[in-house]
Amino acid sequence: MATGEVMAGKSDNTNVDVKSTDAAPVTVRAHGLSKSFGALKAVNNIELTITAGEIFGLVGPDGAGKTTIMRMLAGVLSPDAGNIEVDGVDVIADPEQAKLHLSYMPQRFGLYEDLTVAENIFFYGELFSVSRADRLARSQELLKAAGLADFQKRLAGQLSGGMKQKLGLICALIHTPRVLLLDEPTTGVDPVSRREFWGILYNLRESGVTIILSTAYMDEAERCSRLALLHAGEIRYCDTPARLKATMPGVLLAIISANPRALREALTGQTGILGVLLMGDRVHVRVDDPAQRIPEIRASLANHHVDITLIEQVVPGIEDVFVALLDTEKVT
Amino acid sequence: MFDRLYVMLMKEFLELKRDRWAMFRLIVPMIIQMLVFGYAATFTVYHVKTAILDLDHSQASRSLISHFVATSHFDVVDVATTQSAITRDIDHDEAVIAIVIHAGFNQDLENGRSAPLQVIVDGTNSNTALIALGYISQIVTQFSASQVSTLPFRGKPSISLQGISLQYQPWFNEGLNDRWFFIPGVIGTLTLMQVVSLTAFAIVREREVGTLEQIMVSPIRPYEFILGKTIPFFLIGLGDIALVVAFGILWFHIPFVGNPWIMLLGASLFLLAALGMGLLLSTFSQTQQQAFALNFFFVNPFFILSGFAFPIAAMPKLLQWFTVINPLRYFLVVIRAVFLKGVGLAVLWPDMLALTLLALVMLTISVLRFRKSLD
Ligand SMILES: Nc1ncnc2c1ncn2[C@@H]1O[C@H](COP(=O)(O)OP(=O)(O)O)[C@@H](O)[C@H]1O
Ligand SMILES: [Mg+2]
Repeated sequence: MATGEVMAGKSDNTNVDVKSTDAAPVTVRAHGLSKSFGALKAVNNIELTITAGEIFGLVGPDGAGKTTIMRMLAGVLSPDAGNIEVDGVDVIADPEQAKLHLSYMPQRFGLYEDLTVAENIFFYGELFSVSRADRLARSQELLKAAGLADFQKRLAGQLSGGMKQKLGLICALIHTPRVLLLDEPTTGVDPVSRREFWGILYNLRESGVTIILSTAYMDEAERCSRLALLHAGEIRYCDTPARLKATMPGVLLAIISANPRALREALTGQTGILGVLLMGDRVHVRVDDPAQRIPEIRASLANHHVDITLIEQVVPGIEDVFVALLDTEKVT
Repeated sequence: MFDRLYVMLMKEFLELKRDRWAMFRLIVPMIIQMLVFGYAATFTVYHVKTAILDLDHSQASRSLISHFVATSHFDVVDVATTQSAITRDIDHDEAVIAIVIHAGFNQDLENGRSAPLQVIVDGTNSNTALIALGYISQIVTQFSASQVSTLPFRGKPSISLQGISLQYQPWFNEGLNDRWFFIPGVIGTLTLMQVVSLTAFAIVREREVGTLEQIMVSPIRPYEFILGKTIPFFLIGLGDIALVVAFGILWFHIPFVGNPWIMLLGASLFLLAALGMGLLLSTFSQTQQQAFALNFFFVNPFFILSGFAFPIAAMPKLLQWFTVINPLRYFLVVIRAVFLKGVGLAVLWPDMLALTLLALVMLTISVLRFRKSLD
């Protein structure tokens, strides 16, 4: 992706030396980050080290602290303790400077619904003092990638949910930030828009932008270069999706049955069964030793008169890993 | 900074332009309320049903009665001859007021003694009764003035009678005069309501929709945002005031004898205070609905405790203290004085000073609170 600084030629003040691709520099570093709301420890002693070109995912249930972390990284919420450095800027000491290096897209991006797509982009561009030439070049490119090129005259309020979200992303990117913070950017967005959205993210990563996003979609989590599994304000695990899967104790079996609930009832608590998780029409069962347990499961289900159509070993998804890891924690 | 402020203002006016109903919402309610207040909110009372008991049957008593018959404020429904007839008129709601001219009325006047006149009022509607009493005293004053060369009335020297009648003249003798008093008040009150609610809603909407958090992660400074949000409403407020002032002059024929620049100065200070109030209100609300409810509770006391209709001097001490921080109170003084009296800064400086201080205090508090509310 040809970024703004290629066209600019003159207003190249904020992003001078970012094109190093081999030894990716650390762009986001948080140390000992904590934030409480009253007695509630929303974020507890978080450590993050994220390098340029990463797509870093924050995953966790509602209330885990994802939004709170994002807001602190963006400099709009001051932490109780800890320090944050984004693109070489101390966010807590100099939030105004940090704003030029990063972009934060809140869970619900605020668009001016009475303004057109082009006017929204213009407005955010002006707020960041983006030159006219830069703004036009960058917005054309982003609009095309987002599939919004034909909608520039449309009022933002008349866009679909997915289009609004993509417009939000364009506005957030108009000043060519080095670090992009996205809080659940694709929640409630249709699959086509989501694909385009991710297309833009991949392009950004190519150009060395650091992306931190929180997501509730496990398929999106799998696309991240690294994931932090958050629970109750703490990072429990942080690694690549592949390595996280490898750390999952046990082996995963998928069982298809007409009555998954009864199946879960029948298997819960049986020896060798480490976990049972409903996944729509199928049930994911984690076992210690599949060779030994599959026949036992068949027998037990026959006993309980639960018919099954399929039982097979599968590669775990990130959701399985997440549930498994948190389960294991509870036991120990 | 001017770039960001400029684009902020551009955005505000663009939004306003896109909002088809904006002009309607800004102008129509003002005009309607002007009309409602102009026609309905009046202290003038016409056709008060009056019974008169004439026990004197003299030249003077008949002359006095003719004064009452002549004015449209009173309808003389009964000229009775017995006390019981009068009592019946009042009891049966046939008359609201009864005037008793005692025997010897003429005699007393001729002898230069105070001639007592008894007035009985139905106090059920104290407002009407009080107003009617005011008219009665005028009529009697006029009457006595007409007799004054030879016949001092109520034993007062003629000079003081002349003085009293001169004082009353500009305020009550012409039936339209309390509209002159009301319309300037309406202008101030409506502007306050309009500007406070518009400012509060506009800011709360940005909070509610999420644009506030969004632009706070841009390099925009809080004061740029605040200026961008308030300058348009300052201009709208000035436009509103100009509109209703013109309307009051052209439609209701309220005289505008003062200096328009003094009015502009007073209006500007008043608007700054109102903007501060709107900004302050916005910091107490997360949603437009909350702002709406708050606005109601917030603005109403300012309206009632402004001297708009209820005299401040008649309020309990505690409420009188509250009126000290009420910008509307001072603006009403300014606007009425400029409209009707044409006085300048030499007289109005204390009110202007109060408005300046209030504007400063309100804006400071609200800006500080607003900045805190961004966290
Ligand atoms: N401004 C706030 N005041 C009080 N509590 C808050 C505030 N913001 C977040 N919280 C609480 O902090 C916890 C973490 O919230 P959040 O970061 O929004 O979680 P997530 O984004 O993962 O759903 C939640 O329990 C939430 O209720
Ligand atoms: Mg959240």
